[in-house]
Amino acid sequence: MKEGVARFWREIPQRYNFLGNVCSSCDRVFFPPREACPFCRRKSMGKMKEQYLSGHGEVISYTVIHVGPEDFEEQVPYPVAIIQLDEGPRITGQIVDCDPDDVKIGMKVESTFRKIQQDGCSGAIYYGYKFLKSHNSNK
Amino acid sequence: MEKIGIVSYGAYVPRNRIKAEVIASVWGKDGQAISRGLGVIEKSVPSIDEDTATISVESARAALRRCNINPQDIGAIYVGSESHPYAVKPTGTIVGEAIRATPMLMVADYEFACKAGTAAIQTCVGFVKAGMIDYGFAIGADTSQAAPGDALEYTASAGGAAFLIGKTKVIATINHTLSYTTDTPDFWRRAEMKYPSHGGRFTGEPAYFKHITNCATALLEKAKTHPEDYTYAIFHQPNGKFPVNVAKKLGFTPEQIKQGLLVPYIGNTYSGASMIGLASVLDVAKPGDRIFLTSYGSGAGSDGFDITVTDEIASLARHKAPTVAELVERKKYIDYGTYSKITKLLFME
Ligand SMILES: [Zn+2]
Repeated sequence: MKEGVARFWREIPQRYNFLGNVCSSCDRVFFPPREACPFCRRKSMGKMKEQYLSGHGEVISYTVIHVGPEDFEEQVPYPVAIIQLDEGPRITGQIVDCDPDDVKIGMKVESTFRKIQQDGCSGAIYYGYKFLKSHNSNK
Repeated sequence: MEKIGIVSYGAYVPRNRIKAEVIASVWGKDGQAISRGLGVIEKSVPSIDEDTATISVESARAALRRCNINPQDIGAIYVGSESHPYAVKPTGTIVGEAIRATPMLMVADYEFACKAGTAAIQTCVGFVKAGMIDYGFAIGADTSQAAPGDALEYTASAGGAAFLIGKTKVIATINHTLSYTTDTPDFWRRAEMKYPSHGGRFTGEPAYFKHITNCATALLEKAKTHPEDYTYAIFHQPNGKFPVNVAKKLGFTPEQIKQGLLVPYIGNTYSGASMIGLASVLDVAKPGDRIFLTSYGSGAGSDGFDITVTDEIASLARHKAPTVAELVERKKYIDYGTYSKITKLLFME
């Protein structure tokens, strides 16, 4: 449990604010951030620059979870999607405030700040991003 | 004289709603009579993954979307709530990190029942006036609790609002603020208890009405104004009846309080209540409009504010975040089973 708290704490910039990085040699964006660009390898060493991503993206694929892991079983059924962020990286994220039937491939989404899980009743509470259908998206 | 006041604002209301009639039917009560008696049609309910921290973050982010302020220029964040997620560990640090305002930042959580958020506004005004900070965030948010079957179950809801206080590009000047405070045990919750206790009928006259009336009267005196000088008035709204009655008693008209009266549609958001009302007024306010606000917190006290909307409001990108009316309209009805599952999980001991 203590280990979980430390790992979560290290990941706060990513979980709260989409802190990724960009390779200044080929301009590819990474999230989560990488030590080196897998395309430019040694050329990218020391040239990875931090960049905050917008949290806006598009649903590439999704599934509806009917049997969730322990911390999520009260939320079933809920949609989890692979989302292509506007800056390029693909990530997995839960879609909230949306009926599973309303999720569509190509749907524009934006991030929202939610509780992700907690270590029981006495442990730490972990926050981070989930996704909502974009307010400006009528699709 | 230097103008100090609101630079930007944002609000958040969770999407779930439950009708007062639905709650009443579970307890074998006359739903329509209760709904009419309380002046509450429905109330907001947080999702399982929402709490005071997430509501505070969403409100603050909405405020930042509307203006061009570098979060690193924010010198203080005060979050007022009676449902902070942790008993020990501040909500404000979560907000500070989530809006990238850390680390050179003053943070503390406030508690004063339903007026902790307006107390945070007063603190920020003081710091800005003293020149100690350029901008301060005052946030009021709650996911309030009520015991199943208690009278408060019809109204206890969730929501919040955030106000960025500063002295440049001020959209609404805070001309005067003062408080009226006494030791009155009308409503409380002991540390180890899950649900609050209240003094029954004691909660009305010697508590809500006395404090709001005395605070409002002192404010009108200090500002040398009369009720008719204001375009809008906002009062704490634990139900739909109290604010209407106190407004009438003080000489404000139903037209003046309409825009800031959200309790019939979202319930009592506690620390969020008068602040969401103010956000709703700022959604439609025009330069020169004058706003009167009196909050109330059990225990007990009232904070009063005399506010004038400036020409700067025209430059604020109000459209970049949802209006309170839009937040109220974005809703999904839930049944009592879903409601009790959510509230049980949220307030697990
Ligand atoms: Zn590269």
